[in-house]
Amino acid sequence: MGAPLSRHQPNNPSAAAVQKLRLRYTKRGRLRFTSHRDIARTFERALRRAGVPMAYSQGFSPHPKVSWVGAAPTGVASEAEYVEVSVVERVDPVALKAALDEALPPGIDVVDIVQAHGGNLTERIDASEWRIELDGIEPDELAKAVSAFLAAESVEVERLTKDGKRTIDVRPAVVSALVEPRSSDAGHDGAGMSQPCGILMTVVRQVTPTVRPDDVLNALRVVADLVPPVPARATRMAQGRLDGEGGLVDPLQQDREF
Amino acid sequence: MLGDGEEAVLEITEIVRTWKAEGRPGGRDEVLTRLAETGGVYIPRFYDVEYLPDGRIQRVVPNRDRVPYRVFKRTTMDLDAWPYPKQPLVPLAESVHERMSVEIFRGCTRGCRFCQAGMITRPVRERSIEGIGAMVQKGLEATGFEEVGLLSLSSADHSEIAEITKGLADRYEGTNTGLSLPSTRVDAFNIDLANELSRNGRRSGLTFAPEGGSERMRRVINKMVSEEDLIRTVSAAFSNGWRQVKLYFMCGLPTEEDEDVLQIAEMAKNVIRAGRQASGRNDVRCTISIGGFVPKPHTPFQWAAQCDPDTVDDRLRKLREAVNSDRSLGRNIGMRYHDGKPSLIEGLLSRGDRRIGKVIEAVWRDGGRFDGWSEHFSYDRWTAKAAEALEPLGVDLAWFTTREREELEVLPWDHLDSGLDKEWLWADWQDALDEREQDDCRWTPCFDCGVCPAMGTDIEVGPTGRKLLPISPVGVGSPVKNPALSQ
Repeated sequence: MGAPLSRHQPNNPSAAAVQKLRLRYTKRGRLRFTSHRDIARTFERALRRAGVPMAYSQGFSPHPKVSWVGAAPTGVASEAEYVEVSVVERVDPVALKAALDEALPPGIDVVDIVQAHGGNLTERIDASEWRIELDGIEPDELAKAVSAFLAAESVEVERLTKDGKRTIDVRPAVVSALVEPRSSDAGHDGAGMSQPCGILMTVVRQVTPTVRPDDVLNALRVVADLVPPVPARATRMAQGRLDGEGGLVDPLQQDREF
Repeated sequence: MLGDGEEAVLEITEIVRTWKAEGRPGGRDEVLTRLAETGGVYIPRFYDVEYLPDGRIQRVVPNRDRVPYRVFKRTTMDLDAWPYPKQPLVPLAESVHERMSVEIFRGCTRGCRFCQAGMITRPVRERSIEGIGAMVQKGLEATGFEEVGLLSLSSADHSEIAEITKGLADRYEGTNTGLSLPSTRVDAFNIDLANELSRNGRRSGLTFAPEGGSERMRRVINKMVSEEDLIRTVSAAFSNGWRQVKLYFMCGLPTEEDEDVLQIAEMAKNVIRAGRQASGRNDVRCTISIGGFVPKPHTPFQWAAQCDPDTVDDRLRKLREAVNSDRSLGRNIGMRYHDGKPSLIEGLLSRGDRRIGKVIEAVWRDGGRFDGWSEHFSYDRWTAKAAEALEPLGVDLAWFTTREREELEVLPWDHLDSGLDKEWLWADWQDALDEREQDDCRWTPCFDCGVCPAMGTDIEVGPTGRKLLPISPVGVGSPVKNPALSQ
């Protein structure tokens, strides 16, 4: 069974949304292995625990009005995921951020919140900045592979999709790719580890089909035979519109300046 | 540990803590003995089983001082004092039951003779309407679930179920919080309840469990549902817009004949006829789901011979033919069942004694895994290993399953006291064979099953007449009100 409790739902269309909030949240640590579906369900439960006056869609099976913007792939961490939440009573964004952070599991952290002032969040995002850590790869070796990649006009990789194998040209999507010099933070959690670690910072345009961090890594294998001895760790550092100089514009900026 | 754990777990913890503080005198053996001494914890190795030459048990006796002859079950009387779980785990990954479960009462005295849960969890103890309300609210605050399950052995039997569901519906209006009741009994009240809980149009299906196909069979198992009740109930359901009912039955029940099982087909056809008449449509559905009966310890059927798989399979085949004999009705009837072989192995595990441990180990060593999944279940492996392990002991698979027991046979669980008087169980078994029904002691005088006097317990049921508060919605858009958010 599982029928909604409310006896008067059809006659009482749930209240209209009066406010929309835009949130930036993270997917840190082990939570990078959590699928987007699971993240979404966890988030919606946290909204209920936090007592957020959510707006619901109409119809036989009402759903909370929560819109997800371009979720990071499973296995990838993120410092910059975005979601929009509509509410039927006005809320104080600062209080909402605190209440939601309290209700969410550690690792999904709300790092920014603004009240939406029109516009479309999706249209404010056309690229992502990724940080990819390759344990066991010397920065110099990584830099050579990246140079070879950037010098190419086209680098095709294969990816298994649900419709079978698909060939994607990675090169046009990559706006920039930089290898962090050796002096910077070498490793991740294990300070003092002697193992080399190459760190790649890359800005990738949102195209169809999507070019993901593992496609970029595959491209490095194709052009330079670069094969990390252990799986690389990718983190989305930012999303936004390309500013023409290789940087990204914070998608919440417009709402903040309103 | 036998019975309800709420209070016992504290006592067990205290015993272990004291033993540790004393420097663990006597090692593991001593702490187990102290636990056994309480009379509520069963330590199998402190009991020796003596057998008769024919394989039956002669007696089960403690093999050391300080250990009681019988272990009794614990009963928690005041459920309101134990509102658990308070903070259930909420996994990030999707689980099977995505809901907040609240136990609204424990025990059941409907007295279905096949039902072990209904026998060993007596007496009925209801959680109060306020206790339920508080658990639901705290549970939703702690979990954020979108559904609440009101659980028990027969949830519609709570003396204030109508007030509870209406109260929760009012309280959580507009918060998208669903409600489910797991079991339904066959009467019109249930249709009202189901209607109440599904006014937004989402209607999955209604499920009823007549369990036996013929009136005679239902008297044997003490499932007091008449065919008229069922037809009236499904007619009400179909005229209220429901389009599908599911009916649960068992096959292989004591005294069952082919005719009893064939009555299932008649019942399903009558449901379709009644449904078509009530709804004015042809496309009503009735799904019959049939499970093999397995006799269980601590029930009146603990002495019964389990039906052999060939007979069960033969009856199911005849039932299928009977369902399909009339295409115009049969095409609206779905039939779900399993063959009888897994039930026989379940029967071995259900009423086996410690000698069966060898069989289980041998099956496991031979590669038996996930036997509950039909694709992994190997009947041949079980029968081969049972034959090997039991042959030297002079018993076999059939001896444990399809053999009827006599009144005075010592049963492997006789030293484990559920409170039920063995003489009463035997009398109820005889009543079953005589097709005599037994009423529910919640509404008729005590019939001396033995539990209350033996355990010092009593029925704890309402109605309390109290109200579920608050009546008004607690939150907007969420089942929780958070004043800090208001602007």
